[in-house]
Amino acid sequence: MADEKRKKLTPVQQQYQELAKKREPKRAVLRNCLRAFVSGGTICLLGQAIQQMFIHWGGFPKEKASNPTVAVLILLSVILTSLGVYDKFAQWAGAGSAVPVTGFANSMASAAIEHRSEGVVLGIGGKMFKLAGPVIVFGTVAAFIVGICHWLFG
Amino acid sequence: MLQGHRSWIFERKPVLLGTATVVGPFEGQGPLADDFDIIHGDLSIGQKSWEKAERTLLEEAVELAIENAGLTKEQVHFYVGGDLTNQIISNSFAARSLSIPYLGVFGACSTSMESLALAAQLVDSGAARYVVAGTCSHNATAEKQYRYPTEYGSQKPPTAQFTVTGAGAAVVADKGDGPVVTRATIGRVVDMGIKDPFNLGAAMAPAAVDTIEAHLRDFRLEPGYYDVIATGDLSKIGHALAKDLFREHGIPIEQTHFTDCGLLIYDFEKQMVQAGASGCGCSAVVTYGHLLKRMRRGEIRRMLIVATGALLSPISYQQGESIPCIAHAVAIEAE
Repeated sequence: MADEKRKKLTPVQQQYQELAKKREPKRAVLRNCLRAFVSGGTICLLGQAIQQMFIHWGGFPKEKASNPTVAVLILLSVILTSLGVYDKFAQWAGAGSAVPVTGFANSMASAAIEHRSEGVVLGIGGKMFKLAGPVIVFGTVAAFIVGICHWLFG
Repeated sequence: MLQGHRSWIFERKPVLLGTATVVGPFEGQGPLADDFDIIHGDLSIGQKSWEKAERTLLEEAVELAIENAGLTKEQVHFYVGGDLTNQIISNSFAARSLSIPYLGVFGACSTSMESLALAAQLVDSGAARYVVAGTCSHNATAEKQYRYPTEYGSQKPPTAQFTVTGAGAAVVADKGDGPVVTRATIGRVVDMGIKDPFNLGAAMAPAAVDTIEAHLRDFRLEPGYYDVIATGDLSKIGHALAKDLFREHGIPIEQTHFTDCGLLIYDFEKQMVQAGASGCGCSAVVTYGHLLKRMRRGEIRRMLIVATGALLSPISYQQGESIPCIAHAVAIEAE
């Protein structure tokens, strides 16, 4: 596929692409992976601690304790997003801050904050899901497919 | 007057009678802080939206430039300007407050020199006596429109550039004291198939080289004629690629001090800007602020400013298109 696109480029363009590739700084893949692991892991560890607190001090049964836990994590993420701190953390953490539910909350909160100036309905309401939309769409589609498979083969 | 294939020579030597630069807090923390006229301490410039803030920067810059030129708004014949916002609303709304006959242009980050070239041409050809060329950019409006909401936690790659929050304006006059605009070369859209909007330096470098080569060819000049040749916002990656291309094409760019506004405005040690600066405001504030100051101090006699622009939109990028770019060059010389 990439070769097909490459063939549409003229020789001069192809030559330039190779030159540009050489000048691109190498991504610190190992460092980024480690940072993502540490930050993502820490967020999940924090989630685990909160869940334990809800079970032992909140009296929640194990199966139900995940609901308030996720709610607390979302709240923390929205607060940090509103304080302008989350994006700075994310530049360091990368996937570690984006993948957990805190990243999802950040995507919605940041979009809502950004589009406040366009009004409550079309701005906040309409554009809040700008980044989270694909997650919801493909998550639902995937669940549907898995559900069908489960029904057919389960 | 037409010179060569796509250049203009300004025989009547239009004068830069007054200029002004207005920037945001981040730029005020950089190494060129002393060269800007106004530094705002708050990114929202006391306004209710990022878009209103950008417009305010531009209005301030144009009004101050006219004041510095010793003129009134009523005396200015035309205002030529553009910016990065959709429908260039920052300029349209600023033009509304300024009430000067308005010619809106879009050249992305090359707008500073596109507007200056047009302003100089209007004055040189006798179509106007006083024309203001202006442009602006704002980090938050650019992020919001082209990339992600400002508080969104996306990790920027090392090739990304930081959009300058700043506005620069210049009053071009048919006579007076000040540096003069002597030549301009209009750019041609160049697309080398680069698709990554987080690596605009690589996309724009070929356009800058194309325009500089056309300029040298049209005027039969060597790079050494200029003390400084500065591109607008190629930043680290684009600047290195431009030098590679000059070497490949046999252009002795080392005869002059070849630099880039995107490399000058921020402190790479203290400010997290990845590859460097970008935005219409970048070339405008560095040229009208820093470089002109150096010219007035006698450190630069002749400079060629080559503002570079990436002509993509979020839609073109999402549709899988590559990034077409353009560069416009204007030569400014001490009187």
